[in-house]
Amino acid sequence: MHTKTFPNTIAELAAGLRAGEFTSVELTQHYLDRIQQLDSQYNSFITVTPELALQQAAAADTRLAAGDAPLLCGIPIAHKDLFCTAGIKTSCGSKMLDNFVPPYSATIVENYQRDGAVMLGKLNMDEFAMGSSNENSFYGPAKNPWDTERVPGGSSGGSAAAVAAQLAVATTASDTGGSIRQPASLCGLTGIKPTYGRASRYGMVAFASSLDQAGVITRSAEDAAIMLNTLASYDPKDSTSIDREVPDYTTDLGDDLNGLKIGVPKEYFEAGLDADTEKAVRNALAEYEKLGAELVEITLPHTHLAVPAYYVIAPAEASANLSRFDGVRYGYRCEDPQDLMDLYTRSRAEGFGQEVKQRIMVGAYALSAGYYDAYYKKAQQVRRLIKKDFVDAFEKVDVIMGPTCPNPAFKLGEKTADPVAMYLEDIYTISTNLAGLPGMSIPAGFSSGLPVGLQITGNYFDEAHMLNIAHRFQQVTDWHKQMPAEVQS
Amino acid sequence: MSIEQKDIAKVATLARLAISTEEIDDTTDRINKVLNLVDQLQAADTDSIAPMAHPLDAVQRLRADSVTETNNRDGFQAIAPATEDGLYLVPKVID
Amino acid sequence: MSWETVIGLEVHVQLATQSKIFSGSSTAFGAEPNTQASAVDLAMPGTLPVPNEAAFKYAVMFGLAIDAEIGKESAFERKNYFYPDLPKGYQTTQLEKPIVGPGRVEIALDDGSTKDVRIHHAHLEEDAGKSLHEAFFGGESHGMSGIDLNRAGTPLIEVVTEPDMSNAAEAVAMAKKLHSIVTSLGICDGNMSQGSMRFDVNISVRRPGEPLGTRTETKNLNSFKFMEECIAREVQRQIDVIEDGGQVVQETRLYDGASKVSRSMRSKEEANDYRYFPCPDLLPVVIEDDYIEALRKTLPELPDARSTRFQSDYGLSAYDANLLSADATTASYFESAAQQSDAKLVANWMMGELAARLNAEEKEFADNPIAAEQLSALVARISDGTLSNKMARQVFDHLWTGESDVDAIIDKHGLKQVSDSGAIEALVDEVIANSPQQVDNYVKADEAKRPKMMGYFVGQIMKASKGQANPQQVNAVLAEKLAGLL
Repeated sequence: MHTKTFPNTIAELAAGLRAGEFTSVELTQHYLDRIQQLDSQYNSFITVTPELALQQAAAADTRLAAGDAPLLCGIPIAHKDLFCTAGIKTSCGSKMLDNFVPPYSATIVENYQRDGAVMLGKLNMDEFAMGSSNENSFYGPAKNPWDTERVPGGSSGGSAAAVAAQLAVATTASDTGGSIRQPASLCGLTGIKPTYGRASRYGMVAFASSLDQAGVITRSAEDAAIMLNTLASYDPKDSTSIDREVPDYTTDLGDDLNGLKIGVPKEYFEAGLDADTEKAVRNALAEYEKLGAELVEITLPHTHLAVPAYYVIAPAEASANLSRFDGVRYGYRCEDPQDLMDLYTRSRAEGFGQEVKQRIMVGAYALSAGYYDAYYKKAQQVRRLIKKDFVDAFEKVDVIMGPTCPNPAFKLGEKTADPVAMYLEDIYTISTNLAGLPGMSIPAGFSSGLPVGLQITGNYFDEAHMLNIAHRFQQVTDWHKQMPAEVQS
Repeated sequence: MSIEQKDIAKVATLARLAISTEEIDDTTDRINKVLNLVDQLQAADTDSIAPMAHPLDAVQRLRADSVTETNNRDGFQAIAPATEDGLYLVPKVID
Repeated sequence: MSWETVIGLEVHVQLATQSKIFSGSSTAFGAEPNTQASAVDLAMPGTLPVPNEAAFKYAVMFGLAIDAEIGKESAFERKNYFYPDLPKGYQTTQLEKPIVGPGRVEIALDDGSTKDVRIHHAHLEEDAGKSLHEAFFGGESHGMSGIDLNRAGTPLIEVVTEPDMSNAAEAVAMAKKLHSIVTSLGICDGNMSQGSMRFDVNISVRRPGEPLGTRTETKNLNSFKFMEECIAREVQRQIDVIEDGGQVVQETRLYDGASKVSRSMRSKEEANDYRYFPCPDLLPVVIEDDYIEALRKTLPELPDARSTRFQSDYGLSAYDANLLSADATTASYFESAAQQSDAKLVANWMMGELAARLNAEEKEFADNPIAAEQLSALVARISDGTLSNKMARQVFDHLWTGESDVDAIIDKHGLKQVSDSGAIEALVDEVIANSPQQVDNYVKADEAKRPKMMGYFVGQIMKASKGQANPQQVNAVLAEKLAGLL
């Protein structure tokens, strides 16, 4: 058994590696041991890659010894299982891709390799990133380390559970309607989804292309800044990636917040919000006032249309994005297909889970002849109205804050019977994706002993400022340092 | 708008999803719940609002016309369900 | 009672880019199956399209060539349907905002008049792969088809005409004119047998004055001849159906050129609902005015302009000029051959011997084994009297079968015409001296009969010269000598 103890943020670990307090191989082994011992409780990993991790750790140690290694060099992280990893199974949480070993890697995976991060494995998720509880995974649900009878959130449930349970220092994730922020909130972590186009989507299995964005889940805003430095890049292989210089997100972390104008949308504090969640969020806002910020009540009048618009646009895009899973070139193929139609319909019916099939059908329906205008076109029009709400708000304020979720982590099975109940989990997060804005969740307190997240929504490409705002809060609070009792011991 | 079982069957065919008679009740019910939710859109005043397909007002970049890919057929077909002579096999295609 | 035919075309033109429309895979024809199918072409999860600049350039060039409006902001849609040769389960195409708007193409009709055919629009899209029947690979009978995705993602423009053609001849003239335009622009290799241009023909019939009849669409015709036959047969089929009291069914049909039979496509029986929507992986493509103007300035010469120039520069008839200017390869061949030699004679040889030979061997012009310089040299040797027409055809045969130097062929095969007047005079004298009886007959004969009698002497002289004496010179010298004997 390893006797060494390790700090748990990237910033501290990077310092320790450089000070020679421990090696990346030791650190990596420590995490691999924890995964082996503890992950049966959390089910946060779909695939663990110990040999590769130790190889990468050894290479990182060499690089560290040579000096001038990037900050992430030697830090054990893990990727959500929708980022393609060459030679390593990339399942997307689906039976459809249970046998899929891509011969290529996602651009963001390559970015982390370039900077020497060590990959521990691939993380559990709702199938094709469709879900808010991780219960739609072919590999079974990931569990919330704060209470394993509860969900860690979704779709990046494994990404959050792994960090919360200290099975990875930081993780990558993706956010189509809240899939980073909601699990970060439910697991007491920091999660950021950058502006649409800031991180490459190449090699990230698509759910809804105009909404999907890669991001990270970490223990602190500072760690998020370090992770984002590597994640963000312009990628010529992604037509929607934005050719814009990536700043060093750690530079401005310490800037003071005097005069910061925080918009507080009244629509985010209406019926349906858990009382203790509201209290925690209000307290956090008061903390910001102490830091010199000014609270400004704003209105985002089309907020109530965000979930309906999203559940047309996302399924419509998904219905086409998932057509490639047809049993012909890769992935699941049904036994003994009788004819072409049988090959298609059975491979897809057997390979996809219920929620995925349901969303494909909703999407196909919304696009079909006679319904396009009433559903798809209408949703695209509403999408513009929602974006305009934000554009108008950012004329008056620097940043928008409110709760990330209406309630803390719910019990496994609690919301599976009614899809709409599950969809409303993302009521505060979804509009950010529709507008393409950057969004973040940071720990802000507790409700019934479960973590509560504060959502920070920034203007386009204002991630550095958001991280600064989050970091200053974390310098004066310790919500982000809280750990589930089980994990602490 | 609500959807009936026969429409579900039609959409399932369009989406190439086999759907059993046991599943169709529950599926219809769940999809109707979703459609009830999205029907809230109908109340929105969207006159003269242009549909928005992309979150950012960016324009498409174009790639120079050069061949940058090399043959990796073996790599790709190693993960294929059925191939023969370099071709992907499917049940007979009828034009 | 008479019938009117209404025909519209949808033409798929493969653009002659090096790489595919959304990936860096080669578009070269004829590679081993799936060796030019990248992760993007195979629709591997997470892969994304990045459009090829040349595809847009070529599409804009086409738009300029047909006087069309250019879509300054064009966008891509997804057309959703499942088919094994369509890896993504949708085709990335353009619907609402095509790159090329309405335009027009002028066609020449057989009676010498011209007609405008309106172009509805032309849009960019990706080609699909190919399904191969089991008989074409392996050999084992397992009831499976094989999918080759090399062609998937090859850039196409689909040119959609208005239903402005009223018979097979007009439709074929339009098809040929489009072929001529795209090959002249250099945006398509025009190789029909490799599928570089494929025609879908929409046909309906009606009584004069009645509204449009129900149309059928016959897909994927890849030869002008098949197109002509197919239209004639489909028109007759529709008339027969109606005259027998039936109704034409709107359907998609396939025409088999070999058996000359068309049939309904089973795969298209199911009513399609393509669920088009804007492709979220691609952003609007903005074409700047400067870009369009720069392309307009450098647009290659179009067939109509070239035909006019051929008439004025080379003195060709309108008919010859139209034929030789239609296809860029043919036109440039003609021009290089005509540089050094008699242009009209070059034109005659190209449309005569060369065309006949290509036709006999069912070859495309591009497969012509005789280089322009060789044809030019051949014509020059005719002009300077070295070769008679008969000898020239022999030289042509040698060129066709692979010999490559006209003068070397003349030497090697002894095809040089004797034009030395001294040598010819000697031959004439010799034959006259050796034919006292015939000379006597000639002198005594009626004036009117003499020209016919000269044939004997000519024959003897040509025989003595082993066929190499210049016949014009022989005739002239012989006539002079015989006249001297009278």
